[in-house]
Amino acid sequence: MGGLALRGVSKRFGDTLVLDNVSLTIGENEFLVVLGPSGCGKSTLLRVIAGLESIDDGEIEIAGRRVDQLPPGQRGVAMVFQSYALYPHMTVRDNMAFGLRNAKMGGAEIDRRIGEAARMLEIEQFLDRKPANLSGGQRQRVAIGRAIVKQPKLFMFDEPLSNLDAALRGRTRQEIAGLHRRMRTAMIFVTHDQTEAMTLADRIVVMNRRRIEQSGTPFEIYSKPATAFVATFVGSPAMNIISVRRIGSNGPFQMVGLGDEAVIETRIPIAALPKDGALRVGLRPEGIALCAPESGDAKGIVEFVEFLGDKTHVYVSLAGGEKIVTLDSAHSTMRIGDTTGIKFDGSTAHLFDAADRCHHRVS
Amino acid sequence: MRPIAGAWRGTRGSEARSGLFFVAPYLAVFAILLVYPLFSGIYLSLHKADLFGGSQFIGLENYFRLFRDDVFLASVSNTCYFVALTVPALTFAGLGLALALNNGRRWSAIARGLFFSSSVLSVTIVTLVWRMVLIPDGGLIANLLHAFGLPPIPFLSDAHLATPAIAITTIWWCIGLPMMLFLAALQQVPQDLYEAAALDNAGPWRTLWSITLPSIQRTALVVVVVETILQFQLFGQAQIMTLGGPDNASLPIVLFIYQVGFQRWDIGYAAAASEILFCIILVAAMTQFFATRGRESGGS
Repeated sequence: MGGLALRGVSKRFGDTLVLDNVSLTIGENEFLVVLGPSGCGKSTLLRVIAGLESIDDGEIEIAGRRVDQLPPGQRGVAMVFQSYALYPHMTVRDNMAFGLRNAKMGGAEIDRRIGEAARMLEIEQFLDRKPANLSGGQRQRVAIGRAIVKQPKLFMFDEPLSNLDAALRGRTRQEIAGLHRRMRTAMIFVTHDQTEAMTLADRIVVMNRRRIEQSGTPFEIYSKPATAFVATFVGSPAMNIISVRRIGSNGPFQMVGLGDEAVIETRIPIAALPKDGALRVGLRPEGIALCAPESGDAKGIVEFVEFLGDKTHVYVSLAGGEKIVTLDSAHSTMRIGDTTGIKFDGSTAHLFDAADRCHHRVS
Repeated sequence: MRPIAGAWRGTRGSEARSGLFFVAPYLAVFAILLVYPLFSGIYLSLHKADLFGGSQFIGLENYFRLFRDDVFLASVSNTCYFVALTVPALTFAGLGLALALNNGRRWSAIARGLFFSSSVLSVTIVTLVWRMVLIPDGGLIANLLHAFGLPPIPFLSDAHLATPAIAITTIWWCIGLPMMLFLAALQQVPQDLYEAAALDNAGPWRTLWSITLPSIQRTALVVVVVETILQFQLFGQAQIMTLGGPDNASLPIVLFIYQVGFQRWDIGYAAAASEILFCIILVAAMTQFFATRGRESGGS
């Protein structure tokens, strides 16, 4: 039996609350990614699970056993640090064996586990080297190997890819995904990078200001964000969120108006919305199209163009002063200062009410 | 590689000349106060000379005489004994204090200041204070022993106790520097190494032995080498507390040199003893240095 359960966990540093009544569960073989901006509490969450910080309230269970009073070495967890935290004066072999020797494991079993992990991670030829003589990617694999040999109930990764270059990050992401398939153990991966979150996770927990904003699959997080924060944090470029006014209905669905001219026909039932209060519409860049100025729902002036090779981001300022970003093809002819038409795909629109709850379209 | 002849021309040459002007004052001081006395001392040690100007070249006779001089040999033995007492004690005590005081608590900051404060005192004050502690006639320890009905102990006039008494005084006086060096080294050890060790189920002693000590071994080498060099040059404490007695039992090499050179005026002989002291310190320091370097590179 594996997995993790946190119930009502809170943590303070002095008068500063850094975790506020956090509850979550992870299944036995689940890959959970904790995603959030700097300072949201995600690393602190990892550290209280590992036992590197105590908790002020709540309970922590790992594999069905309560662990919040146990020291780190007795919780059955292994952690890969952002800085790898390899012991610089020990060889790779000794780094991997250190925890096993502390657990009074026999030499033959230690050698077997190290050999197996080294083969899996392709670091056999580095076993007698010291970390200073390894590249960043090799150290990364040694750090993972040190975690693997302990055969923990829970793997934890604290932004392990942030020190790698882009190419190596992509390769290492695939290796970590492959590792999860082979190990079939619960994993928690903390990151501020949404690409890592979306590509690795079975489930994503988005944190903001010490609280969990939303927990869901990558698809749910992206297509049904619970709050404006989740909607803007996940997705690049961020979702466009603009203030609108209610202007009627299209059958059971709410219609909203933007500026003087634009009308957006959403697929969000009026009955699901609060009866009054301000509304904001959320549209991802792919839900907004560029067209000829006279044939769009609204007009705007191009303020900035970003060419990315396979696509182009076009930043437009609408007549009412709202700023939006949309996608155009790789062959975009948009230039700064051009006047363009904007078409809104209302069927992909979300509505945010005054309480910052997000209402989604019906399927 | 640029030819040396061209190194002083052009922009690079201008930079080299500017660099030379910046280091010239220090080089001058170094040459006058260190290099010149070193070679001057070697020259003097090959002469029978006194402070009034007369000198006669005698080759290595001063050195042969030193190796036949029981007082000099006793001073070498006393000094080596003193170094063996003080250097390990300063190293381990300094490390122990640093480990105990390496935390952010307020009392630790106060204690660090207290332990370092003895280092800023002059040798005269230190030795006078400890004389008042050690003397059998009304000293602090004598009064404590008297309170328990015990006879006083003549620390400074007992041949077996004089050197250890000076060693204790020196340890009390000099503990600040090793403590601060070790504190600085401990604070450079990345915290996540300790966290990784905690996750590896390492207890406090295992962490100390396997993580902390290997991480600060270079600083430990610095402490041992620096303290060896310093303690081989023992002078003030012996001069003030015992005058090298009783019966040369606590006579260190530098006090021997002082007595020979500035009381008996035999400066050629004193210079020869200085050169031998220089060689002893050099050998001791280099042995420690290369022994530790060998251990480090063997493990790489």
